[in-house]
This record gives sequence, C-alpha cells and structure tokens, in this order.
Amino acid sequence: MRPIPLALPFILFAAAASAEDCPSWQIGDLTITDAWSRATIGTNRPAVFYAEILNAGPEDDALVAISTPVADMPMLHETVVRDGVASMPHAMSVPVPAGGSASLEPGGFHGMLMGLNAALAEDESFPLTMTFEKAGEVTIDVGITAMNGRGPTCRIDGS
Amino acid sequence: MLGAGAGVATLAGTLALGAWRSRGRSPDPARAGDSPLPLPISAMGWELTDHRSRPVSAQDWLGRPAMIFFGFTWCPDVCPTTLMDIADWLEDLGSDADRLTVALITVDPERDTPEVLANYVELFDPRIVGLTGSAGQIARAAQDFRVRYEKVPREDGDYTMNHTAGVFLFHADGRFASIIDFHEDRAFALPKLRRILT
Repeated sequence: MRPIPLALPFILFAAAASAEDCPSWQIGDLTITDAWSRATIGTNRPAVFYAEILNAGPEDDALVAISTPVADMPMLHETVVRDGVASMPHAMSVPVPAGGSASLEPGGFHGMLMGLNAALAEDESFPLTMTFEKAGEVTIDVGITAMNGRGPTCRIDGS
Repeated sequence: MLGAGAGVATLAGTLALGAWRSRGRSPDPARAGDSPLPLPISAMGWELTDHRSRPVSAQDWLGRPAMIFFGFTWCPDVCPTTLMDIADWLEDLGSDADRLTVALITVDPERDTPEVLANYVELFDPRIVGLTGSAGQIARAAQDFRVRYEKVPREDGDYTMNHTAGVFLFHADGRFASIIDFHEDRAFALPKLRRILT
C-alpha cells in the first residue's frame, strides 16, 4: 500500500535485529521492541512492563493506554524523584516524538500491572496491547525475566 | 491534609533540588532546612526487627561501614532497581563487601513482615538484611535518617508509598559519609563505597 514509507521502518527493524535477536512489532511508523517484565511473588504485588518504542514517521505519537489479560488494572506510570523522594504518578501518556523514540525503562516511564490474575513466571510471556494516539493498537508478547532481571531476556547475552 | 503537605513538599523539593545540584554533596548547613542529613549512627535510637525476626538496634551497626536504603517490597520499579544495583555493587566489591552492613528498611511495615522481607531480599543478595517494625519504630528510624515517606491511596483501595530513594553510606564509626542518588551515574557509586571501606 505504501511501498516507499515502509522502507525506513524496515531498515530500523533490520538494525534492531542485528544488534540482538529481540522480537519487534510494527504498527504504522512505530516499532516496538525490548518488551519485558519481571516474575512476581504471587499476585498481590504489581508487576512492571518495559519496552522501547521507535517512531520512524514524520508525526509525533503517544502511548496512551495498555491492556493485558494478565492484569485487571494496567496503568502507565512514571517514576519521578524530587528532592530525593521517589513517587510514581500516573502518566496520562508517553510521548513518542517524530523520528525519535520512547523508553519504558527502570526508573522512568513504565507500565504498572495491578490486579494480577496469576503470578508471572520466569521464561514465560504474556500478550499486551499498546494503544497509540495516532497509530492505533498493537498487541505484543512480553517476555518475563527472573525477579531480579535487569533487561529483556533477548539482551542478556549482549550485556 | 496529606495532599496539602505533599504539595508544599513538592514545591520545596523543586527549589531545593536546583540549589543542591550546584552545591554538590558536602554537608552544608544552608541545605539542612530542605533536606537534612542523617544523624550519625551513634546518635540514632531506632530499634527494628530483621527478616529473620531478630531484634536489631542502631548501636548494633557501629564498627562496620553501612549501606542503607528505605523502600518496600510492593514497590514495582524503584526498589527492585535499587536492590539490583546494590547486588551488583556487592559483587563488584568482592570479599570487601562482606565487611559492610547492607539493609533495606521498609516504609510499609503493614505489609512487609519479617517473612515477606525474607522472601524478597534474599532474591537479590544474601548479605542484604530486611528490617521492619511497628509503625512507630519505622517512623523513628526514618526520623533518624531524615527520610520522608507517605502512604498514597489508590483508586482501587490499595495503596503505594512515596519515599526517599537514595542509598545512605556510613563509615564504620557511624559517621554519615554520602548518598548514592537514585538517578546518579552508576560510575560514582563504587568509589563512594570504597571510601567507607577504607
């Protein structure tokens, strides 16, 4: 349908794939990669969701919502440290600038998965739907690392 | 009342942060009003319970350098990230790290019982001690460290905690040494740790 604009995301995809073998997902001009979460002790504690979002297009976009069958109340949050005190305000959206990227990462923006329906187990994965303001919805697969994981399992060999 | 307090604290925090960034880490009386430094351990009076249900008091820590962090086990982002950093630093320090007292003091004693803490801290490094106590005992410890924390209710009836996120370092004689800030460049952490081990 749009043969020329498709070329750029393809190059980005190729670059990401050559760095490490992390799965990635496309929606419009956006590429989502490095999606991960940590195993949880039971279902009481909230789980996290982290990922990288690349925007190869000419228009700013924003991640506005996440949903997943594993949690009744998934929300976007941002860790903010002010005067040494950490808080995690609810983030209405995560900006993904044109030609740029956004990171959901430890200490910054992250998905908080509350009301878990089952404990998240290491080496398993779960589906998660990301809703973008302009690009729409994409469902990805989130890999679960150990409880003390530092990054997506697909990157562990590289770091 | 909680909301108004948080608003004022946020505003004061924003102003204090700018001033503090330019001034660096040295103890500074002018800073004391905004973000006072912890007491020396020798002047602290807290008494807590560790994750093996043994009593621990501030005075028990004298004689060993210490690395202390306040958090809670329901914390999804800041606390696991900090505990993993701590575990990495302990590994980098090698056997020297055995001379350190390393502790997570919970700001959520309601949920963080010794058993809950035991399941949690051991995931990161067996040298990390989890400490809890009554609400009053935790308040006393926080006061000694000049740590701030508050309970933040959520819409679904659950709650989370805001809390001071820095890692406090103390010399073996109990003198406060420095803070490793949550967003600080990790390259500065190890030299700070080596300084309290010498």
